[in-house]
Amino acid sequence: MRATCWYGKKDVRVEQVPDPHILNQRDAIIRVTSTAICGSDLHLYNGLMPTMEQGDILGHEFMGEVVEVGREVQNVKVGDRVVTAFPIACGHCFFCQQALFSLCENSNPNAWMAEKLLGHAPCGIFGYSHMLGGFAGGQAEYARVPFADVGTLKIPEGLSDEQVLFLSDIFPTGYMGAEMCDIKPGDTIAVWGCGPVGQFAIASAYLLGAERVIGIDRFPERLRMARARGGAETINYEEADVYDTLQELTAGRGPDACIDAVGMEAHAPGLLSAYDRVKQAMMLETDRAYALRQAIMACRNGGTVSVVGVYGGFIDKFPFGSVMNRSLTIKTGQAHVQRYMRPLLERIQKGEIDPSFVITHRMQLDDAPQGYEMFLHKEDDCIKIVLKP
Amino acid sequence: MRMQQTRQRAGPGRAQHTLGRTFTQPRARQHVQRGSGEKHGQAVWLARALGWFGIGLGLAEVAVPRGIATLVGVRGDHSLLIRLLGMREIASGIGILTQRTPTEGGWARVGGDALDLACLGAAFLAPRARQDRVAAATAAVLGVTLLDVLCARQLSRRAVRVQQRILINRSPAELYQFWHDFQNLPRFMYHLDSVQTTGQGRSHWVARAPAGTTVEWDAVITTDHPNSLIAWRSLESADVEHTGSVRFEPAPGGRGTAVTVEMTYRPPGGAIGRGLAKLFGEAPEQQMQDDLRRFKQVMETGEVIRSEGSPQGMGVMAQRPAQPLAGRNGQ
Repeated sequence: MRATCWYGKKDVRVEQVPDPHILNQRDAIIRVTSTAICGSDLHLYNGLMPTMEQGDILGHEFMGEVVEVGREVQNVKVGDRVVTAFPIACGHCFFCQQALFSLCENSNPNAWMAEKLLGHAPCGIFGYSHMLGGFAGGQAEYARVPFADVGTLKIPEGLSDEQVLFLSDIFPTGYMGAEMCDIKPGDTIAVWGCGPVGQFAIASAYLLGAERVIGIDRFPERLRMARARGGAETINYEEADVYDTLQELTAGRGPDACIDAVGMEAHAPGLLSAYDRVKQAMMLETDRAYALRQAIMACRNGGTVSVVGVYGGFIDKFPFGSVMNRSLTIKTGQAHVQRYMRPLLERIQKGEIDPSFVITHRMQLDDAPQGYEMFLHKEDDCIKIVLKP
Repeated sequence: MRMQQTRQRAGPGRAQHTLGRTFTQPRARQHVQRGSGEKHGQAVWLARALGWFGIGLGLAEVAVPRGIATLVGVRGDHSLLIRLLGMREIASGIGILTQRTPTEGGWARVGGDALDLACLGAAFLAPRARQDRVAAATAAVLGVTLLDVLCARQLSRRAVRVQQRILINRSPAELYQFWHDFQNLPRFMYHLDSVQTTGQGRSHWVARAPAGTTVEWDAVITTDHPNSLIAWRSLESADVEHTGSVRFEPAPGGRGTAVTVEMTYRPPGGAIGRGLAKLFGEAPEQQMQDDLRRFKQVMETGEVIRSEGSPQGMGVMAQRPAQPLAGRNGQ
């Protein structure tokens, strides 16, 4: 089959590789019908994620038709059309039973690697480094889905791929970002990053009852989408000071909750950005936490900072005094996708949201390398790319 | 995943360090300190003494190569060779003094001795050599070689002891039942090739050693408390001295079972023993942690999870690219 393989920094190739087959009896093999490039794939593309190996198949947002199942898979059968959850989760361990699926204790065969860097290991993730399991990803013609009885959702008739594909990651991720804000009527929520996850965080904040949502980014097309599709107010951080603007918009109190949908590769104007870039390049810090620092400083006293942007290791100049002295709550995590897939599918079925609004580009799988390059540089107002194998 | 670990090597004078342990230690611990622990301590002491001796000799060879040449009865200018031999002595001495258990340094000294003896042999045959002095020097080196070999052999026989803990979302009874059939152990303990139970608490163990070889021994269950504790040890006649115990304790709040495993291996001498020591000696805690993680996977999910990068579900071995293996049974 053809698959998108990682070969190093800014080196991604579509190559012929062997077809996947059942390795565990709870596996399913699916023929991928749609897959997407995630913003977090760009961390891999930029070579910032440790423990990648040349030839690793990328991609953790995918869906398709089941073509084979292992002996122990009871609730999924050949021919089903399914979306897969990006965290691989067994469904039986302590964490899965609490619906903390991205903390599954049994799905990462390389847990020891992650323990070295993170203290404890999170779950395995498709196509996202060997530290997170060394699982082949889904930007390919076929994919193997371990624990398919837990990690797939059957899609009913009448919904297109593009309407449901993002149940695999970015819709639940954005939704969890908003849910962690514990939104009360009248709340103002600020969202750093108006990429696809930020767009879903904005939409979800309104779904969960927020009064006002403010999106922060620098790309005009993303800010336009946040206003037009999300109904948010927006701040372009290259044109206005974010802290001052948020103070003004909230009459000096600050947003009730702040969502960081940016993560480890934040951009910022001016010297601070240069400082972080130099430190990151010298491996003195792994993550540029500009958005997170700003979100903490801007959040109102006693408010919540919800982090769904991906961080990989260590950050510098973390304003913990602001967190402690002002009683802030920080909530974070890789999305527990399996917890959200069904309820969010129901919202799609009811017409409360159509997630396909974030798609700006549709390409063939073979064009994945150009897709990565285009997404990295936000060429042609690129916000979200869907690949068709 | 919550685990606590301790690792000790047998030997007097080495404090037993424990991390995060707040409960009484399993009784099985008492059994495993006997045997050649004292000899191991002596071997470490001897290795360090030989290490300092080597550094002293090496410094002399580097500083006054002509003096050394005269002493051992060599004529002509061999300063460069003698200086190189001196640097080799210093290097293996430093190696010994910086290793916690200087097994490799000890064997490096044996190799160095062979080199020295070869040079002395060449010197003895050289036309202008003072053969009486060369012979005396050779005798001295042979004496040191004997000490080096004894020391390195003893070091290679060191015991490896590992303890690990893990929480498993199953009852003590379920875990006890699975473990009590020792034939299940190779399903998650990857250094074991097979375990055959032979009745009356006895079992025959086959472990993998490097280069495709195996090591075998017989063991017997020494303690068996249903649903809480199993302890076993190798029979007196076995080449490998092995003890193990596993304890199942209900975790607080109904959160499954805390499993504590402790194992000790004291491998035999000789090449296989060295290979086995290396196999268990490089990262024994990591190996057992991976073993217990696989035990948990089998008990909670039914089997060991495999990824394309780790198709055996094995943690420590080198990764292959995360893409499917060729062939349907290409694992």
